[in-house]
Amino acid sequence: METLITILVGFLVMIAVYLLLSRNLIRVILGTAVLSHAAHLLLMTMGGLKKGSAPLLGEDAESYTDALPQALILTAIVISFAVTAFLLVLAYRTYKKTGTDNLQQLRGFEDE
Amino acid sequence: MTITLSIFIPFIAAIFVPLLYKRLQSRKIGWFVLLVPLTLFAILASFIPSIAKGETYTHTLRWIDSAGIHFTTYLDGLSLIFSLLITGVGTLVILYSIYYLSERESLGRFYVYLLLFMGAMLGVVFSDNLMVLYVFWELTSISSFLLIAFWYHRKKSRYGAQKSMLITVSGGFAMLAGFIMLHTMTGSYSIREIVASIGLYTDEPLFLISMLLVLVGAFTKSAQFPFHIWLPDAMEAPTPVSAYLHSATMVKAGIYLVARFTPIFGGEMTWFYLVSSVGVFTLFWGSFNAVKQTDLKALLAYSTISQLGLVMSLFGLGSAALNEGHSANSVFYAQATFAALFHLINHSTFKGALFMVVGIVDHELGTRDIRRLGGLMSFMPVTFTIALIGSFSMAGLPPFNGFLSKEMFFESLVNARNLELFDVGTLGTLFLVVAWLASVLTFVYSMIIVFQTFLGKFQPDRIEKPSREASFGMLIAPSILAIFVVGIFFFPNIIGDYLLRPAMTAIYPTLAGVGSLMPRIVPWHGFTNPALWMTVGVVVLGIILYWSFRHWRGIYTLAPLKWNLDSIFNANLVLLEKGSSYFTRLYMKGYLKDYLVYIFTFFIVVVGGAIFLTGSYSFDFSNDAPITMNEYLIVLAMAVAGISILFAKSRMTATILNGVLGYSIAFFFVVFRAPDLALTQAIVETVTTALFLLCFYFLPEWKKERSPVRTKVVNGLIAFSVGSIVTVLALAVQGNKMFESISVYFEDAYRLAGGTNIVNTILGDFRAFDTMLEVVVLFIAGIGVFTLIKLKVRKEERDVEDQ
Repeated sequence: METLITILVGFLVMIAVYLLLSRNLIRVILGTAVLSHAAHLLLMTMGGLKKGSAPLLGEDAESYTDALPQALILTAIVISFAVTAFLLVLAYRTYKKTGTDNLQQLRGFEDE
Repeated sequence: MTITLSIFIPFIAAIFVPLLYKRLQSRKIGWFVLLVPLTLFAILASFIPSIAKGETYTHTLRWIDSAGIHFTTYLDGLSLIFSLLITGVGTLVILYSIYYLSERESLGRFYVYLLLFMGAMLGVVFSDNLMVLYVFWELTSISSFLLIAFWYHRKKSRYGAQKSMLITVSGGFAMLAGFIMLHTMTGSYSIREIVASIGLYTDEPLFLISMLLVLVGAFTKSAQFPFHIWLPDAMEAPTPVSAYLHSATMVKAGIYLVARFTPIFGGEMTWFYLVSSVGVFTLFWGSFNAVKQTDLKALLAYSTISQLGLVMSLFGLGSAALNEGHSANSVFYAQATFAALFHLINHSTFKGALFMVVGIVDHELGTRDIRRLGGLMSFMPVTFTIALIGSFSMAGLPPFNGFLSKEMFFESLVNARNLELFDVGTLGTLFLVVAWLASVLTFVYSMIIVFQTFLGKFQPDRIEKPSREASFGMLIAPSILAIFVVGIFFFPNIIGDYLLRPAMTAIYPTLAGVGSLMPRIVPWHGFTNPALWMTVGVVVLGIILYWSFRHWRGIYTLAPLKWNLDSIFNANLVLLEKGSSYFTRLYMKGYLKDYLVYIFTFFIVVVGGAIFLTGSYSFDFSNDAPITMNEYLIVLAMAVAGISILFAKSRMTATILNGVLGYSIAFFFVVFRAPDLALTQAIVETVTTALFLLCFYFLPEWKKERSPVRTKVVNGLIAFSVGSIVTVLALAVQGNKMFESISVYFEDAYRLAGGTNIVNTILGDFRAFDTMLEVVVLFIAGIGVFTLIKLKVRKEERDVEDQ
């Protein structure tokens, strides 16, 4: 299971990198979103998968899954949401201001 | 302790200047500043008797023990001379500046820089620790830069400031390297400790290199050939600054360094030849160029270069004494150093006075071009007298102090010819001839200052301002210096006994016991003395050359002389600027994509390389959990969704596919026993998708990317490599668990934090601060979003108004 998910993570990273390298602003933002998906899965995998029950003490299970990665991912999900929201508004502003969402055309002046 | 404090007093005073300046708003601020060097001078002067008895003072503030860097101050004869010059000339210059600078100038700024410089300079001469000395050394360069660029609206000021900064700071770097090498060899940063132990290290390979590097520092600071080119351009500074920094004190920091390091490097052949020949050549080159100048200040600048060369060469010649051991001969050569120290003091007096005279002429008449000046004697009698005294002293005529030190200079040169050491032989004669010629030229330009400015025909039509004598206040400072010029001639041995003798002991610690280290300074040596006849020769040839100047000035237009060091410097500067901007543009392209490519390439090379080189790609699949059929299906679905994003025709499809990824992950979270995550992921994914869709309302439909195939292939390769490396890395980490998990600790959550949901207790209790900061991040992002939207609205409103 871990191996399979890790390969999936690598696959998602590949897609994210390819999206990040494109010219369209929306594609770049999508790239960051996919990249954070990959990161969350990776964190999860690192803690070991399906070993024990959910980390709720009332369950009376023999062992629990690793709670620490879960806490980290919970934080990461929220942060990545904030980043995505901010980037989207930035894209919106950029388009309003410059009339383009193409990063190749967004390059500033020759000097400074 | 007093000494340590005296370094800080100017800095502390500098803090108060802006505060007071706001209150006073006039030239009264100068009187406050004047107190600082005056007090310091009085304090330092009180040390003269005890220093003359041979005492020294040290004080240490412990600073960085591990690196051996301490704030150690050391007062001996040598540093006393320099510190008296710094505070003494400083007092006079500030007094002069009170009358020289108009109230409209930003005086507060001026005096802050000046005090900064004064403190830094005192730091240089008092520091025993090389690192501390270096810091103060660079601080003098910086304050000099600020002062030269004081009138920053002038292009020439900025150019001069930049030039002096570039040259002196580069020299400083070289010096720093030299210091570090000295530390590597001897294991100490203390100058006194290095002096005591350097005998053991003279055969080290670093010894010679560190000597050369230290000399580069000294030569750049003291404007020695070929680094002298910054000094004439530094004359763009206000005249009090030129008088203070660029003739009396800062340029002498290099001289100080050479004197201070003579006990370390002196006695070596390289040191002897390098210091004396660079000095002699600078002496000649400076005086040769001074003669052709038409700007009085430029003339003085070149003459300063030349005089610094003279002092430098004397230190070079004097260093030979250390090679001879304790013999009588060594004392004989040490007289050159004595002459150097003596001339150092003399130069500060007469050159300071001359600079102030030029300042007065410039201030009163609005020009310092000697072609437009002439006949000023009739209405500027006092200024004329001071100029006469200063110039004649510089030319080496009696009854002025310059005569004494110049005679001693000639004597040292004559002595050097007999030096058996280092195979001097013919080179000694060459030194003698070149130095003598330089003195003739010195005589010529000294005469130009006096006669072409103050005698001759007055040309009122070529001068903008009405001509009159300078105000009384402006004349005080140069008059005091002029009195010194004459006074030292008649009573030279007061200076000799109280200042020069202890300084000699500082430079020649090994010769301290030899009684005859101290020559008496006498003006008259009798007719058999060669130095006297050399002076006579200087006067005769000098007068001839002065009268025939217009016949031989064509020599300056000869081709090789036009091609000078300045143009090389400028060409190099332009080349450097162009080169660096070309190089920067080569990789700073302004495209997001390129920067990302750099980042990913770096990742591939470094992380991939590290995995490959360390061979850490060993995998261990034995701990893997079993996989069910529907998990396979979801993984397959995610892979398909992922790859489809790349080929999605419309942005809507792409966003929905991203949503598919997000929900699948939520599903996995359920499978992986993470209910909180599954819930959060589902909600966030919904909101994100909605947000994307909302944004699409405002953004254009995406066009098909028309990148060339090559770009696509390169992008694909980069993406593939990054993905593979991440996979390999993650697998390698899973296969080689090196540490025990710390998660067991959190399973005690109920007892420790009173909660049964472990994830919640981690977020709300164990790592509550992290969560709080996370909320802060959200808050900041929220503000960002809000402002970006709000900003736009206002902007549009204004646009409407503009129309």
